This record gives sequence, C-alpha cells and structure tokens, in this order.
Amino acid sequence: MLTKRIIACLDVKDGRVVKGVQFLDLIDAGDPAALAKRHALAGADEIVLLDITATHEGRGTLLEAVARTARELFVPFTVGGGIRSAEDAAAVFNAGADKISINSAALADPGLIDAIGRSFGAQAVVVAIDARRDAENKDPVGAAGVYVHGGRKRTGRGVLEWAREAESRGAGEILLTSMDADGTRQGFDCELTARVSDAVRIPVIASGGAGSVEHFAAVFTRGRAHAALAAGIFHFGVADVRTLKQELAAAGIPMRLPC
Amino acid sequence: MIAVIDYKAGNLTSVIKALGALGADAVSTEDPAVVRGASKIILPGVGHFQATRLLEQSGLTAAVRESIGNGVPFLGICVGLQWLYAGSTEAPAVHGLGIFPGECEHFPAGVQAPHVGWNSLAFPARSGGADSLLMRGVSDGAFVYYTHSYRPPVVEHTVAVTEYGGPFSAAVERGNVMGVQFHPEKSGDTGLRVLRNFLEWAC
Repeated sequence: MLTKRIIACLDVKDGRVVKGVQFLDLIDAGDPAALAKRHALAGADEIVLLDITATHEGRGTLLEAVARTARELFVPFTVGGGIRSAEDAAAVFNAGADKISINSAALADPGLIDAIGRSFGAQAVVVAIDARRDAENKDPVGAAGVYVHGGRKRTGRGVLEWAREAESRGAGEILLTSMDADGTRQGFDCELTARVSDAVRIPVIASGGAGSVEHFAAVFTRGRAHAALAAGIFHFGVADVRTLKQELAAAGIPMRLPC
Repeated sequence: MIAVIDYKAGNLTSVIKALGALGADAVSTEDPAVVRGASKIILPGVGHFQATRLLEQSGLTAAVRESIGNGVPFLGICVGLQWLYAGSTEAPAVHGLGIFPGECEHFPAGVQAPHVGWNSLAFPARSGGADSLLMRGVSDGAFVYYTHSYRPPVVEHTVAVTEYGGPFSAAVERGNVMGVQFHPEKSGDTGLRVLRNFLEWAC
C-alpha cells in the first residue's frame, strides 16, 4: 500500500541549521548532516533542506552542506532556496540532491520548470507555492493568491491555475505552503490543500500549521495531501517523527514505520 | 569494478554514493569498452523510455548483451529495469532488450500517476522471495521508494510485486540479470540490502 509521507524540513543559513531539533545526545545540533540522518533513522520519509541564506557568498557553503548531508542519507533528499537557474539546479544535483524545489524563480520564469525537468527528469522538480486565502472573495480558498518574498509580495497568480501550469510544464510535485497557517501550529489549511490536490494529478505536499498528530491526520484525509512537511513541530520536542508516525498509523493512516 | 552506465537520463550521484557507502568500486561510464571490462553492470535511470535509444546508438546495448551472455551480473533500476522488457508504450518505436516478455504500460485510468512515495513489497507465492538472491534478507511487506508512471508487468521471473492499481513487477531476476522498479539507493536500509545482495552476487 502506498503510504502517506512525513517530510522533515531543515532550515539552513550559512550551512548551519537554524531552529534545529535539540536532540539531547547530539553535540552539534546545527549540523544539517547529523540532523538529517537522525530524522531519517527516526522514520522521516524524506528530508528537505531549505536554504534561507540571503547572500550570494553563502552558496558555496550551502553546496558543501548539501554534499555532507547527502553522503549518508538514503531516503529522498530535496534542496530548495536560492535556485535561480538551471545551472544553480545542476550544482545542487551534483552535490547529491535528488530533487530541487523552486519557488519565486519559477514564477519569474516558468520555463525554468521545463528546463530542469528536461535535464534531470520531472520527478526531480518540486514547485513550491506560498499561497494565502483571499478573504474578500466569495470563494476565498479557490481565489487564494500566490505570494513571494516570504508571503509579503503578491504575484497576481491564483494558486489553482499556477499549480496546473507547473504540472503541465513538468513539475513532479507541488509543495504547498499556506501563509495563513504557517507558524500558527493551529493545523494545516486542509481546504486549500484539498482544492490544489483536486486540481492536479501530481502529489501535493502540505506545509504550514503543523502542531499536533491530529493536524497531520486531517491533512491526509480531509486535505487529500500525499505528504506533509514539518519543521517547527520537531524543534521543541512536540513530536519526533517516530512517535508521530506510530500515532498516525494507529489512527488508520497508511505509514511506513521504521524497523 | 562496477560500471554504472550513464546514458544522460537523470542523476547518477545517488546510485554511485550508495554503492560507495557499501564499499563498492563504482564508476559512471558511457564507454562500451569500460562496460565490457566491468565485473558487474548497473543501468540506472529515471525519465523517459525514449532515453534508452542512446544505448543502442552508442554501442552500449551490444556491450551489455555481450557481458550478460558472459554471465556478468546486471542490475537495471527504474527505466533500467523497464529496458529489460520487450519495450514500453511510453516509446513504442524504441525496443528493450527483451529478456523479459511484454511491454511496460502507463498506470490505468483512474489510478493516480505518477506513483510517488513508499510502497510495500510482496513476494509471489511461487517464487517465495526466499529463492531470490536479490531479495535475500528482505522481509515481505518491506517498504521501498518509487517514482514512475509506467509499470512493468508481472512475469515468470518476477520475484517481488507491488500493488498500485493492480500488481506490477517490483523486482525481476533471471540468472545473472536482475532489475528493480523502485530506487534502492533511496529506499533506506531495505534498498541498501538489495544493493548489497547484488554486490555479493557471484556467478
């Protein structure tokens, strides 16, 4: 049976994990390689490394961190943040990433999705979409807009039409972040996730708002998500991946449980 | 030396890395002479079946046929497995090696494609998995990682199946020729076990 995926996300700045999980026996909690390995051993189905380095000089540091993280990681590994061109993507793949995630660069130049897909395969291209409901529309979810710059700048694109375009250009998966839910720990935006899931055939990864086991269960059932991504929930001992997956399996969600 | 054939269909880094972690001496190559000299051959590949056309054009198909005939162990991964069949409806004009009969086909209408994520292995009662060298030590129900839209049919030499809109071949094995539709390099301990079984396989 195809299982629902739990994806652990590491935010990395200048090659170091920020807001990292405080594993008691882990001396260096800022090391992306050590943290990724821990999450994978605990049963994370995939690892996403999101580079939030603002400076151009930080790219070399990132590639070094990607290479070190990839070396001992034998689950799918996605790298996002700062990928502006097919050359940037190639450098990240060569460092050991299995997939890349692109967001604002794809909005600025949608052809980038086609170009990366042609060279590395559609399965390797994840299009990340930051969306916010449009409270003034009578269908606030269906009319949700696509934002860039951490949700500060509206693009004029609608989430459903942009997701469909990304798919038609050859995206392998959609990573959908609800800007309304992100950081709240009040639950994923299940309605938004369901609408996007219904609009495309490729898998949708839900992100933003994870705070409890029930939130994950809801986004897999009501939200029809294929996968759910969380970063913050693992940061303060709220849930480790192993406990989360065991509880979801007990609730009837198909899960790959670690041996 | 293990030759990992590079035919410009995606990224080989992960496969090379996993083989390296298992202590194998693996090189990626597009040179038929290197393939002929290899003690084992791996054909990875993600992407379109059409890409396998390059194997014929570059003389790699002939090199692989010759090595397989000489008993060199061969492992196809993903599209590399599909190439062992007669062909694929994804690119009807391109022929596979035909070691396994039938064609790979797109998942049927009503089944969401691509099939992406972790799905479980089951061993057909007939082969029992236990007889399979590739599946040695892998338990029934173990999870592996998939990403594909075309599925290889279940054949006489299928040694593991996965269920997704009906069963398809997760792994095939016929003498020294083996293939897996999943990505062993991305399938955690189960995948590493499959790769190790291949590395330890001796004629």
